[in-house]
Amino acid sequence: MKSVPVTDTPAPAAEPRPATAALALGDDALVLSHRLGEWAGHAPVLEEEVALANIALDLLGQARTLLSLAGDEDELAYLREERAFRNTQLVEQPNGDFAHTIARQLYFSTYQHLLYGQLAAAEGPFAPLAGKAVKEVAYHRDHAEHWTLRLGDGTEESHARMQRGLDALWRYTGELFEPVEELPVDWSALREGWLSAVTAVVERATLTLPSGPQNGAWTAGAGRQGIHTEPFGRMLAEMQHLHRSHPGASW
Amino acid sequence: MTTMAPDTGAQDTAGYEAVFDAAVAAEERIEPRDWMPDAYRATLVRQIAQHAHSEIIGMQPEANWITRAPSLRRKAILMAKVQDEAGHGLYLYSAAETLGTGRDELLDKLHSGRQKYSSIFNYPTLTWADVGAIGWLVDGAAITNQVPLCRCSYGPYARAMVRICKEESFHQRQGYELLLALSRGTEAQHAMAQDAVNRWWWPSLMMFGPPDAESSHSAQSMAWKIKRHSNDELRQRFVDICVPQAASLGLTLPDPDLRWNEERGQHDFGAIDWTEFQEVLRGNGPCNDQRIGQRRRAHEEGAWVREAAAAYAAKHGKATA
Repeated sequence: MKSVPVTDTPAPAAEPRPATAALALGDDALVLSHRLGEWAGHAPVLEEEVALANIALDLLGQARTLLSLAGDEDELAYLREERAFRNTQLVEQPNGDFAHTIARQLYFSTYQHLLYGQLAAAEGPFAPLAGKAVKEVAYHRDHAEHWTLRLGDGTEESHARMQRGLDALWRYTGELFEPVEELPVDWSALREGWLSAVTAVVERATLTLPSGPQNGAWTAGAGRQGIHTEPFGRMLAEMQHLHRSHPGASW
Repeated sequence: MTTMAPDTGAQDTAGYEAVFDAAVAAEERIEPRDWMPDAYRATLVRQIAQHAHSEIIGMQPEANWITRAPSLRRKAILMAKVQDEAGHGLYLYSAAETLGTGRDELLDKLHSGRQKYSSIFNYPTLTWADVGAIGWLVDGAAITNQVPLCRCSYGPYARAMVRICKEESFHQRQGYELLLALSRGTEAQHAMAQDAVNRWWWPSLMMFGPPDAESSHSAQSMAWKIKRHSNDELRQRFVDICVPQAASLGLTLPDPDLRWNEERGQHDFGAIDWTEFQEVLRGNGPCNDQRIGQRRRAHEEGAWVREAAAAYAAKHGKATA
């Protein structure tokens, strides 16, 4: 599975290395929150303006707690380069149409719900956060599942779009189950639980579980090692530019 | 008020009208099933719709900065604010629905230009400080306009406004606090804050509408207790509130004629450029086409989603949709 032909990015000199797990989980939440924030003012119906913003806010709250475990939240969010981010490639994928976004939400929130469930039950520094966040994420998962059902079993057009979303993002799902060091997680149980949950929703929605590999060359564990996809650099450029334009300023 | 609408036509509207007038005079609330004059209903629908449209169009200038917010704390505050605006849109469309006009119909009227939204949102948000200026000035002006609406004679609108005003006050304080941080920050940040206030001040004063002498709907709305104070009265109140706040912010207001008038116990202020107001109202503001274009596009691009939800609900019953 380790097909990425590079080693980890060196940490900045003289800086203590931030906790790997806090960055992995925090960056996932930060980046997905940002992508969902891009929907503001563009959602297909007013109720979804509220729902997508709500999910984005929950994720941003999680990100702030997690990044603070690794260092200063703003320095980590705004002053790291692309190669230092540890999020999975799945969460950085552009929104696409609403079905594409829902497919990303289904894959990620199912994963995050099961992951936080395990972390909440285990001892360790992430248990308090996971115990709180698992309730929020249960709602995110429910939201994604309901929309997968509506779109999959709605009209011919929505069915086709939902299937395309699931297919397009499938190759980014393998990375979710690459073990992250420091996390007390049973990764193979997580993978099995995820696969059976996603399969059940997809089938109920009259859709087909994608059949291709869950990993491509350079996607296996890549995001966790700082290898991202091209759109991510532009996302960071937008996110970081104002903060970086005023070095040392407080906001 | 409990007088029910008549079952058959208007046989005796005079009697109903007397009850309605008495209820309004006695400061009672008119409720959805009460009889009300057609013109009262139409006025409320027009006003509530314009308010709802302003909430959802108003998401755009601020959402413009969500992806560039300079700290995670500010980003969370801004996202929550834009989300609140969507929520306000929802309550207000529901309030209009109690008068028999559904959200789809009102959105069609917005998209086709038959109904308006507040002209203030046709101005661009050019820098991060604009987010603060909108909170402080635009939300501040909106609150000055809206607090009296909490006592509006129509119950559902008055109740929606109570909740909206609480949230708007919160937004206004956040906007003020954002500007204060900039004003006390680096030289560049201070300049950014001053520039934003310079650009938003006059349009904010225009939010109270034309001078009383030229306001077409005011007199009847005052009589019906939909409206409680005149445009000029509210504008003056807003100016008087803002002057000391600007001083605390360490920022100036861009009006050389602004000064305290001891005799009136109020501030005098300079003449408003009503030509600009009329131009923006007519569609020639800097962002009119952009705002309505984005709204239409989001609606059109979301059509297949709404159709799918309807098709699914029809197949499976509403409970699961």
